[in-house]
Amino acid sequence: MNFPVLSVITFTPMVAAVLILLLPAQRKNEARAVALAAATFALILSLWTYFNYDQAAAGYQFVEKYNWLPVLGISLHFGVDGISMPLVLLTGVVMFTGVLISWGDDHPHVMAGIQDRPREFFAFLFILASGVLGVFVSLDLFMLFFFYEIAVFPMYLLIVIWGWIETREYAAMKLTLYLFIGSVVSLVGVLVMYWIQYQNTGLLSFDMLQMEQAGFSQTFQNIWFLPVFFGFAVLGGIWPFHNWSPDGHVAAPTAVSMFHAGVLMKLGAFAALRVGIMLLPQGAQTWSWLIMAFAAIAVVYGAYIAFVQMDFKYMVGFSSVSHMGLVMLGFSTLNQQGLLGSGVQMFSHGVMTALFFAVVGMIYDRAHTRQIPELGGINKIMPFATIGFIIGGLVSMGMPGFSGFVAEFPIFMGVWGRQWLVAVIASISIVITAAYIMRNIRQVFFGELPEKFEGHLTDVTVLDKVAIAVLCFFMVVIGLFPRFMVPMVQTGVENILRLLGGQ
Amino acid sequence: MFTSTAFASILPEILILILGILLLIVEPFWKEDQRRNAGWFTAGGLLLAMVISFLFGQPGQPVATLGGMVRFDWLGFFFKLLFMFAGAVTALLLMENEKVGQRGEAYLLMLASLIGMNLMASSADLVMLYLAIETTSIPLYVLSGFMLADEKSTEAGFKYLLFGALTSTIMLYGFSLLFGFTGTTNIYQLADMLQSGDLSLVAAFGVLALILVGIGFKVSIVPFHFWAPDVYEGAPTPVAGFLSTASKAAGFAVLVRLFFVAFPNFAPSWTLALAILSAVTMTVGNLLALPQTNIKRLLAFSSISHAGYVLIGAVALSQLGAASVVFYLAAYILTNLLAFGIVMAFSRITGLEDLKDYAGMSRRSPWLGLMMLAAFLSLAGMPPFGGFVAKVFVFAAGIQAGYVWLVVIGILNSIIGVYYYLNALKYVYLYRMPEQDEESHPVPLTHPYIIALGVLAIGVILIGTVFAPWFSWSDAAALNLF
Repeated sequence: MNFPVLSVITFTPMVAAVLILLLPAQRKNEARAVALAAATFALILSLWTYFNYDQAAAGYQFVEKYNWLPVLGISLHFGVDGISMPLVLLTGVVMFTGVLISWGDDHPHVMAGIQDRPREFFAFLFILASGVLGVFVSLDLFMLFFFYEIAVFPMYLLIVIWGWIETREYAAMKLTLYLFIGSVVSLVGVLVMYWIQYQNTGLLSFDMLQMEQAGFSQTFQNIWFLPVFFGFAVLGGIWPFHNWSPDGHVAAPTAVSMFHAGVLMKLGAFAALRVGIMLLPQGAQTWSWLIMAFAAIAVVYGAYIAFVQMDFKYMVGFSSVSHMGLVMLGFSTLNQQGLLGSGVQMFSHGVMTALFFAVVGMIYDRAHTRQIPELGGINKIMPFATIGFIIGGLVSMGMPGFSGFVAEFPIFMGVWGRQWLVAVIASISIVITAAYIMRNIRQVFFGELPEKFEGHLTDVTVLDKVAIAVLCFFMVVIGLFPRFMVPMVQTGVENILRLLGGQ
Repeated sequence: MFTSTAFASILPEILILILGILLLIVEPFWKEDQRRNAGWFTAGGLLLAMVISFLFGQPGQPVATLGGMVRFDWLGFFFKLLFMFAGAVTALLLMENEKVGQRGEAYLLMLASLIGMNLMASSADLVMLYLAIETTSIPLYVLSGFMLADEKSTEAGFKYLLFGALTSTIMLYGFSLLFGFTGTTNIYQLADMLQSGDLSLVAAFGVLALILVGIGFKVSIVPFHFWAPDVYEGAPTPVAGFLSTASKAAGFAVLVRLFFVAFPNFAPSWTLALAILSAVTMTVGNLLALPQTNIKRLLAFSSISHAGYVLIGAVALSQLGAASVVFYLAAYILTNLLAFGIVMAFSRITGLEDLKDYAGMSRRSPWLGLMMLAAFLSLAGMPPFGGFVAKVFVFAAGIQAGYVWLVVIGILNSIIGVYYYLNALKYVYLYRMPEQDEESHPVPLTHPYIIALGVLAIGVILIGTVFAPWFSWSDAAALNLF
């Protein structure tokens, strides 16, 4: 038996959460140190796994399987493929930078990071992280669900306790209920799939690799694809079930927004792909037009709403809806380019939006306002944050040389191949995105520094700079050297295409 | 006739009886301020009884003993262990209750009702069953009204008595009709008698309805639930916890055995009736829990709704269904005892039981807050706590049996549940005390609480993560029904 690297990655945050909780409450710095150590460890391990993934062999690698409840066919079955490997790395990156951002700074004018009960904060955040990682690596449907729910409930606590005081109670409950409803709707579908598989093959198993061979009938797939796919896609922020997401982003504390937009929404998209499209491929073909329509609306509508937002954080929140729409758009093509683009976009958007929220958080913590017209001249005080935002913005616009281009270009190619009109409509969003990003760069970062901020604002801390640098690094590297990611995602896409019937 | 198997089949009951007698002998010699030691004595004794039963009283192949009165099988045995565990925890929690814990009678009454519950889980004869139910109920009536000086407690005891007496009489009427129709009181012979088709469907349905009244009262399903909120609120909190867990589980043990063994031939009609009852119970319980402001009433309505979820497993009428019922009850007993234990620990210091009084509780005592988090999330059905796995199993059984609509209702209900459980946690974690000086108002825990709550919290997490052994036992128990 090889070193069980995936379960170590998955359970590291959980173990760290328990350790942090065992510390006395007043030991704030020790709690932070344990969190950082665990996050670093998980990041290094996920990097190691990433570079040791054998792209020539493709398929599921680092597979571990332990029987958990053989009577019902539940096993702890872990493995990563070309689609999930980048997402594991993404989680590692966001976790690491999230801890840095939340460190907490005792400067008099700054309420940065987490001052109040960091022990509980990091513990809940890490339980969330374990859930997320568990979903990405699980090959067992029951366990996938198990981790999926673990990833949902800490969000409530994280937002309601440490969130923005104005909307946190409303937003946290709305978010939790949306996600919970989505997940239990899928649960019904999953349980039905489980029993139909039993009828068809006589096999009691939640193993997804076996379920791929279950031979679900066309009618069955047509009916049950909708609840399964859309139940998960709620967490992916698909229009018209996206409403929870901007509210949640805005109410959440910075690190949680990073997690939420950066990783959690990928969780929904990933589960919708893995369970919806890969296990019910014919259902996906039947309904791909519907996903495409919803996704196209999300892309344009999200970008437009982001454009008219005056609140900086809402703007980023709606831009997430728009960019996650692109992921769904790529799914809906069911062809090679589209899926490839979606796979890369999940990583690219995760890093980009984490960076956006990090920068927004840094500005808000110091300026105590997020209203775009009230801000200005931030560049004079926080040049590092400015650079970060500009790089993120370029990624967001899909500029060549950054990871956004590598992701969005194939998506549009794929959509063009399916339905050129949708590609044309969706491409409107690129213009709108460019407009609001550049407007913001001008308004918030350059121009006059308002008088009330004179001598009042401070630069970002060293830890913040490290976080920005790490996030930027990944976006630039993927943009300049797509070969670090594209061939890997490609192997995962080929597996999906095989299930779809070699289209 | 009194063989070693017969002895083994009622070994737990014998041990509890010995424990009770010992307590009766020892207790008068203790001084006034030592009386609460009866809690340690009872809890320790019950644990010992569990160990001894586990070592020497394990059932093999299911057999009828004591002239067919008692069935010696895993179903009964697993439930007996659960009841004794719940009893031990309740004894620990009782100790810290000033008005009740100083009196040896309280522990004795609880032991008496434990004997009744154990017999409920294993009785194979209607006469024995009725005796067992009464043995369980009568001490509980007294315990509910134990605090004579407290009006609410007296009311609770009296209300419980009236409801209990009425419903058990109706059930007895059902039993007697059943005897009249078939000429036997043995549950296992009933099935054969009913198979020969002497009984018309209408008559059978009538009899089942009468019996269901009695059992429905015990497990508090709608419309036999009216007593529950008032009794839970008025009774001493440890007793309320005991009522909502062990007593309810005992009712389900009877329901499962009686309906699965004696009436499988009338299954399509009663499973549908139970399915409707289940849907109504979940919905009413959850909707009424929404506006509650008193935490004990909230838990009372939540425990009603949980009876509805358990019924889904019974409706499925399959081995997985029965196993999921047993598993759900095991997870539920741990979770709900934990919830009531926390309520007790909190109100012992503060004397308050309203939801709003829990503001700032996680700052006053972080560990108590975390345990409340575990208990409430488990009730809401979130992993990694027991409630999640239990719910998935119950739903899986329901879908297997083709009751997709019932599962959908169950799922809608768990969404309502999530809302009010999270709402309660909001008080614990978000809101603060009026002066924001939680540090100066700690909620210290005494040893009995630390032990009881710690064991329960670890149990809730264990049953939700390492669920294989628990499910195997539940499955073994369920196997005895077929």
